[in-house]
Amino acid sequence: MTYMPKIDRRAFLISSAAAGLSIGFNIPFEDEAAAQGAPPEVNAWVVVKPDDTVVVRVARVEMGQGSLTGLCQLVAEELDCDWSKVTWEYPTPGQNLARNRVWGNFQTAGSQAIRQSQKYVREGGAAARIMLIQAAANAWKVPASECSVSAGVITHKPTGRTTTYGKVAEAASKLEAPKEPALKDPKDWKIAGKPLKRIDTIPDKITGKQVYSIDIRVPGMLNAAIKDCPVFGGKVKSFDAAKVTGMKGVKKVVPVGETAVAVVADTWWHAKSALEALPIMWDEGPNAKVSSATIADMLKEGLTAEQAFVGNKQGDVKAGLAGAAKTVEATYAYPFQNHATMEPMNATALWTQDRCEVWTATQNAETALAVTAAAAGLPPNKCEVYRVHLGGGFGRRASSHDYVQQAVLIAKQMPGTPVKLIWSREDDMTHGRYHPITQCKLTGGLDKDGNLVALHMRLSGQSIVANLLPQLLRDGMDPFVFQGLNPGGAEGAIGYAIPNLLVDHAMRNTHVPPGFWRGVNNNQNSIYLECFMDELAHTAGQDPLAFRRKLMANHPKHLAVLNAVAEKIGWDKPAAEGIGRGLCQHMGYGSYVAAAAEVSVSPSGELKVHRIVAATNCGHAVNPQQIQAQIEGSFVYGLSALIHQECTVKDGRIEQQNFDTYNCMRIDEMPKVETIIMPSNDFWGGVGEPTIFVAAPAVLNAIFAVTGKRIRSFPLKNQDLRRA
Amino acid sequence: MIRLIVNGKPHDIDVEPDTPLLWAIRENVGLTGTKYGCGIAQCGACTVHIDGVATRSCGMPVGDAAGKQITTIEGLAQNGTLHPVQQAWLDGDVPQCGYCQSGMMMAVAALLKENPKPTDADIDAAISNICRCGTYLRVRAGIHAAAAKA
Repeated sequence: MTYMPKIDRRAFLISSAAAGLSIGFNIPFEDEAAAQGAPPEVNAWVVVKPDDTVVVRVARVEMGQGSLTGLCQLVAEELDCDWSKVTWEYPTPGQNLARNRVWGNFQTAGSQAIRQSQKYVREGGAAARIMLIQAAANAWKVPASECSVSAGVITHKPTGRTTTYGKVAEAASKLEAPKEPALKDPKDWKIAGKPLKRIDTIPDKITGKQVYSIDIRVPGMLNAAIKDCPVFGGKVKSFDAAKVTGMKGVKKVVPVGETAVAVVADTWWHAKSALEALPIMWDEGPNAKVSSATIADMLKEGLTAEQAFVGNKQGDVKAGLAGAAKTVEATYAYPFQNHATMEPMNATALWTQDRCEVWTATQNAETALAVTAAAAGLPPNKCEVYRVHLGGGFGRRASSHDYVQQAVLIAKQMPGTPVKLIWSREDDMTHGRYHPITQCKLTGGLDKDGNLVALHMRLSGQSIVANLLPQLLRDGMDPFVFQGLNPGGAEGAIGYAIPNLLVDHAMRNTHVPPGFWRGVNNNQNSIYLECFMDELAHTAGQDPLAFRRKLMANHPKHLAVLNAVAEKIGWDKPAAEGIGRGLCQHMGYGSYVAAAAEVSVSPSGELKVHRIVAATNCGHAVNPQQIQAQIEGSFVYGLSALIHQECTVKDGRIEQQNFDTYNCMRIDEMPKVETIIMPSNDFWGGVGEPTIFVAAPAVLNAIFAVTGKRIRSFPLKNQDLRRA
Repeated sequence: MIRLIVNGKPHDIDVEPDTPLLWAIRENVGLTGTKYGCGIAQCGACTVHIDGVATRSCGMPVGDAAGKQITTIEGLAQNGTLHPVQQAWLDGDVPQCGYCQSGMMMAVAALLKENPKPTDADIDAAISNICRCGTYLRVRAGIHAAAAKA
C-alpha cells in the first residue's frame, strides 16, 4: 500500500509508468499537463478542468488554522466560480523556485497566510476570470464587455448564449494575463466573507484517510528512530552499533551529524526498540551544568542591568516616576513551553547522488527545501519537498527544520532507499524550539488622582531572533521582543497613551533553543502589561475598565474590542456570588483582540473558568465561522499554557518527557466561549494567533478579582490559588 | 504469526507479541488512520475499539488483541454510510488539523454506545483525548448532535 500526498497523484501516475527513479515527482505542472493531456492552468493560481472543477493552488499550508479555505474563498470570489466545484493543491517549493517564485512566500506563520497574500491571490482569481470571459467572447466573436459570469457560467447577454469555465479554460490559458486587475469591493463579496465549512475536512479528516506526513509511504521505504544528545549543544562521544545490528528488522545504525544517532529498520517500532537497546556515550559539554535556577538568576540580573535595548520610549520615565504620588512595582516570569503538536516531528527522505526528495509537514516548504539541499550536498534545483497538511504547527514547524535535516542526513547514508524518520513524543518534548523564557519588572507611577503618569517595563530574557534569524537583529536589538508594545505601526502597537513610558529589553540568551510559539512574544507581553494595568487600577482604587479607558482615547480600535467584551459580559453589573471577572486587550499580527473571563476558585484552590467573552477586529473577516474556531481554540492553547505547561531544565536538559508531565487542557476544563467578530473592513489582520494573547491575562485578572491573589509566575499548577 | 481481526477482516501478521497494537495496526496491517501521539496512553490519538470498548492502542501489546474484534476509524462507517459521530463532525465542521480526531471520534462512538444521551458531565468524565487545536466546544456540540440523531 502506498500513500501519496494529494498534489503528487497525477505526477506519480506518470512516473510510475515511466522507467527510472522509483518515485519521480520531479515533473513540473507544464510537462505533466503535456504528458497527460491534463487541464492547463489559466494562471499560476487557477486550473479549470473540463468538468468545471476549479483547482486553486495554495502556497500557504494548512495546519488546522483554516487559511486554506479562506484563501480558496478569496480566489473563488474574484473568479466568480461555483464554490461547490472548488478544490485545491499545494505547489511545491521546487516548482516555485523553477518558476521564479510565482506563488510568492510559502511561509505559514505570524498569522500571515491571508493578510500577507490576499492581494495577489485575489488578483490571480480576478485575472483568471477576465481571461476566461475573454476566451468565451473570442469563441463567440463578440466583445468581452457583452459577457457576464456567475458561478462559472459565462453568458453573452445580448443573445443569451452560455458556456462554462471548463469549456473555455484551454483557450483562456493561451491568452495574455491582464496586469493588476481590479478587485471587488468586499461589500459585494458572495463567497469570501461567508461562514463556509472547511474544504479540507470533507471527507478525509473524518474517515482516517487524511494522509499526514507521518502516514506517508513510498515504495521500499525503511523507518528510522533517533536519539539526540539530551543536553542541547552536546555531542555523541561513541555508540556500540554491534550491540543492536542483529536485532529483528534492523538495517543500519548511523550517526546523524555530531549530536545524534539513528537506527534504521524495517518498521519504526523495530527501529525504536533497537535504539532503546543501543549503548550511546554522550559528551554533554558545559551546558550540562545549567538548570532552571541558574537561568532564572541570569534573567533576574537583567531586570536591573544598565544595558538594555529600547523598544518604546515616550517622555521621561525616570522623572515621571520620581514625580509620581505613588509607585507600584511587580516582577513577572514566563517559562519555557513546548509546542506539543499532536503529530510529532517527522520527515521521509530519498537521497541519490543526483537528487534528493523529502515528504514532510512544514510551515515553510521553501526553507525545508533549502535545508534539504544543504544536508543533501546538492543544489536546490536537484531537490524537492512534497508537503501535506500538518498535524499541528503552532510555530514549531516554522522555527526549525531540524527533523528534515536529520531525515536527509540519515537517507544520505542509505542511497536510493527512502527513509522515514519519526520522533517519539519524548524526542519532541526534549528537543523542541521552546517558547522563550523571560521575566519582566514593571514600575508604574500614579499621580494624586490615580492617573498613570509613568511606566517602565524592563523585559529580560531570550531573543528568538538572535538564535534563529540573527540577520534580523538591529545593532544587536531584537525588535520582535516588543510585540504588542510598540509605539505604533500596523503589526502590534500598545493601546495606551502613557506620558512617560519606557519599554526596554535586556537580552539574556540560554542554551535552550527558542522558537516561534503560537502568539510568540505577545503572549508574555500581554500578561505583563495587562495584569500590571489591573494592579495599577486596583492600587488607584479604580475600576480596571475605567482606568484603561482613560488611557485609550487615541486608540479607538483597541478600545472598541475592549468595550465590546465589557458590554457582553455585563461589566457594569456585579458578577454572581463567588465569581471573579477580569478583562484585557492587546494588539498583534495586525488585529485587535480583547477578552473578559468569569472564574471561580474553590476553597481548596481549584480554578474553574466558567465563561469567556472574546472580541476580534481582524479588519476583513474572510470566513467568520473559521475565525470563531480559531478564537475558541486559542483559549485551549493559551489556557493550557497558563494552567499546566512549563518545561524545566535540570542538568542542561528538559525534564518533561511526555503529556504525563506536560499536560494540556482536556474537554472537562474547556470554558464556554462567546465570540464577537467585529471587522472594521479597513485593514487586513491575522486570526490564528491574536486571541492567544488575551486568554491568560483575562483569567489571571479574574482570579485576582475572586481571590485577591496576584499570580506573577506560571503555570498555575505550581501556585496556591486559595483565597489570600 | 498473530491473527488480528481489524474492521471485520483477518490479518495474519509477523510481529512480536509485545509490539504495541498501535504500531501493528499502522505498520503491519497498514491502516494509518489510527494515530501516534504519545505512546503512553495519555493523549488518546490512538483510540480504537476492542470488542466494542474504547482502548488506547499504544498501551496494549498486540498479543493481547489477537482474535478480538478491532475497529479502527477506517471501520467506523458501515456500508458506505458515515457513523452518526462522523456525520456530526462533518455537519459541525469539528476538525481543525484533524490529527487527533480519529481517536476523538472513536472515543465518542464508544461513549455513545454505552450512554446514548450523555450529559455534559458524562462527556467531561468520559472524554479525555487531547486536541491541541482546541476543538473541544465543537466536539461537545458534535456529541450532543450525534446523540440527538441516534
